[in-house]
Amino acid sequence: MTDKITLVEAVNQALHYAMTNDPDVVVLGEDVGVNGGVFRATQGLKEKFGFRRVMDTPLAEALIGGVSIGMATQGLKPVAEIQFMGFIFPALEQLMCHAARMRNRTRGRLTCPMVVRAPFGGGIHAPEHHSESTEALFAHIPGFRVVIPSSPKRAYGLLLAAIQDPDPVLFFEPKRIYRASKQIVPNDGEPLPLDTCFTLKEGHDVTLISWGASVQETLQAAKQLEETGISAEVIDLATIKPIDYDTILASVQKTGRCVIVHEAARAGAVSADIAAEINYHAAVELEAPVERVTGYDITMPYYRMEQYYIPSKNDIINAVNKTMEQA
Amino acid sequence: MSQSSFSQKSISQTKVTIDYVQYLNERAELTQPLPEWASKPDTLVSYYREMVQARQADQKAIALQRTGQLGTYPSTLGQEAIAVVIGSVMATDDVFVPYYRDHAAMVIRGMKQADVYRYWGGDERGSANPDCKEDLPYCVPIATQVPHAAGAAAAIKIRGQQRAVLCTCGDGGTSKGDFLESINLAGIWQLPLVFIINNNQWAISVPRRLQCGAPTLAQKGIGAGIPALQVDGNDVIALHEVISHALHRARTGKGATLIEAMSYRLSDHTTADDATRYRNAEELKTGWSKEPIKRLQQYLHSNGWWDEQKEQRLQAQVADHVQQSVDEYLKTPLPPVSDLFTHHYQQMPVSLTEQQMAMEAKVTKGGGHD
Ligand SMILES: Cc1ncc(C[n+]2csc(CCOP(=O)(O)OP(=O)(O)O)c2C)c(N)n1
Repeated sequence: MTDKITLVEAVNQALHYAMTNDPDVVVLGEDVGVNGGVFRATQGLKEKFGFRRVMDTPLAEALIGGVSIGMATQGLKPVAEIQFMGFIFPALEQLMCHAARMRNRTRGRLTCPMVVRAPFGGGIHAPEHHSESTEALFAHIPGFRVVIPSSPKRAYGLLLAAIQDPDPVLFFEPKRIYRASKQIVPNDGEPLPLDTCFTLKEGHDVTLISWGASVQETLQAAKQLEETGISAEVIDLATIKPIDYDTILASVQKTGRCVIVHEAARAGAVSADIAAEINYHAAVELEAPVERVTGYDITMPYYRMEQYYIPSKNDIINAVNKTMEQA
Repeated sequence: MSQSSFSQKSISQTKVTIDYVQYLNERAELTQPLPEWASKPDTLVSYYREMVQARQADQKAIALQRTGQLGTYPSTLGQEAIAVVIGSVMATDDVFVPYYRDHAAMVIRGMKQADVYRYWGGDERGSANPDCKEDLPYCVPIATQVPHAAGAAAAIKIRGQQRAVLCTCGDGGTSKGDFLESINLAGIWQLPLVFIINNNQWAISVPRRLQCGAPTLAQKGIGAGIPALQVDGNDVIALHEVISHALHRARTGKGATLIEAMSYRLSDHTTADDATRYRNAEELKTGWSKEPIKRLQQYLHSNGWWDEQKEQRLQAQVADHVQQSVDEYLKTPLPPVSDLFTHHYQQMPVSLTEQQMAMEAKVTKGGGHD
């Protein structure tokens, strides 16, 4: 009988599996070796695979991004850890200017099969710069995949898929739910498909779309709405670039209503893209404008007030009620 | 004791010495005994041919740009020796990580001259370089290629292979974090890596002395714990010695080397630049007195290894070859628009397929453009 594990333990389990089964997989980043990562995502890897495959890098994010690119062009599959998404920006030039473009500019001669993992989002009482959700920045860049798990099982399966993917994948881990719940996650090496949404609950009145930590509140809202007679379909976006519009449109065409929930700021958010696509392809079926429950276009508050920023279960219920009131 | 006198004492105590290697000086005289290989003409003559080829190809590129047939182009005028020696002494399975002025090295390593023109002429296929094995393509953002070299070298080390990575950048490039972060890593991880700074004295209009307060750029290597030296970048013999030695060190597990090759940019920065705005004629004249091609030609002549007839034949051969490459470039039809979409992901996402169809519908049938 396998024990239940948390999301961060599932990440660790996936890394162990991938490194055991593919000698080309290497791990690098700040504190990933002896310390096992500040969140322990890489725990035990150094002991098992040695310093040639589990590399503590100097404290230099542009370097981590660039070195991973060089390794990937040699056919290794680097899985780089950026300690917090707030510190990925020095590496952004490397990722945008090179990782995302290598396949295209060399017409496929050189590719970047690499994964960059970074914990993100608020809710763990972290200091400044540790709590933002800037996934939309990366989703904007041609050539990337951006993947965000929302449960231990999906963290395991999606990370394995990301490592096997022939293109660069940004794998953002919602740290608020790193240890929030546990699931049995068989260590069977089974990847979950990328570029696909996961329908977590079927319903016929309204479609709720979310990703990352907000999936928790979205599911709770759906449960409470059920008690008031509103049947919500809940979709975990999971791959936020490229987006699986087939699943989303089929659902919205069925329900006629949609609420999109995320922690990231509202302006230029991924939800704006989704709303635009729904508007274009499902205008006839829509019975109410698409609602968005998001963070605000303000600096992520320090932790004393971050609960005001993060979308709550009630925010989602209110938004759903608003769409239900429209004829 | 005041803070400033304390600092001065510290600096003098930590004075560093950087070797400067030269065999053939600007008057084409030998300044030290030659290595064995250089006592025979073969290699030296081939360096001469390659430099002549590089210069003609470069002149042609500028002519193409002036007549609206090429985009903005960075000339390699005056620094041909460095690229030619790099291209020649690297082993096939070494990895070259170039900067944007290394046309000659890339061509020697397998890039078609026509692809050089295609790349700077704005055709994506110009940087496909199918014959360049694992070499990286041109890099335009300054110094961002340097960590790629460190990563490739780390991969080679992890796999226990006897290969080396060679990476170039300009003097301006050494000011970027990417450069410093990478040499730092090369020192820590003992990477099989050769860094070559092409110090052509200018970063667009900013002279070398405004780029860094240290007397040499090579000494940055000392802070990273890797051997570092300067070499006359217009002397193919010195370059051959120094680069071969560094590659050998790298391949045999002895770690990285930093080489500052002293050269001079005889051209404008690019065809979009006008260097007379910031640089005086006197300095340029001095630059021309040191350039690598005349120097080697003079030396070959003085040894009886070269003559006027050979020179004329070579110039004609090279002109033919360059013209063929130009013709090939100018004849290249545009690719179908699908080519803009197909290489972003191994498996194209559905949403991108839809966008491709939309662009195809916009352009006239058969791949032509309005
Ligand atoms: C990151 C970045 N900043 C600025 C530029 C614009 N730029 C192009 S070349 C150049 C000067 C580079 O000088 P150096 O490294 O000495 O090489 P050189 O061109 O002299 O060979 C600058 C500032 C750039 N390409 N990339």
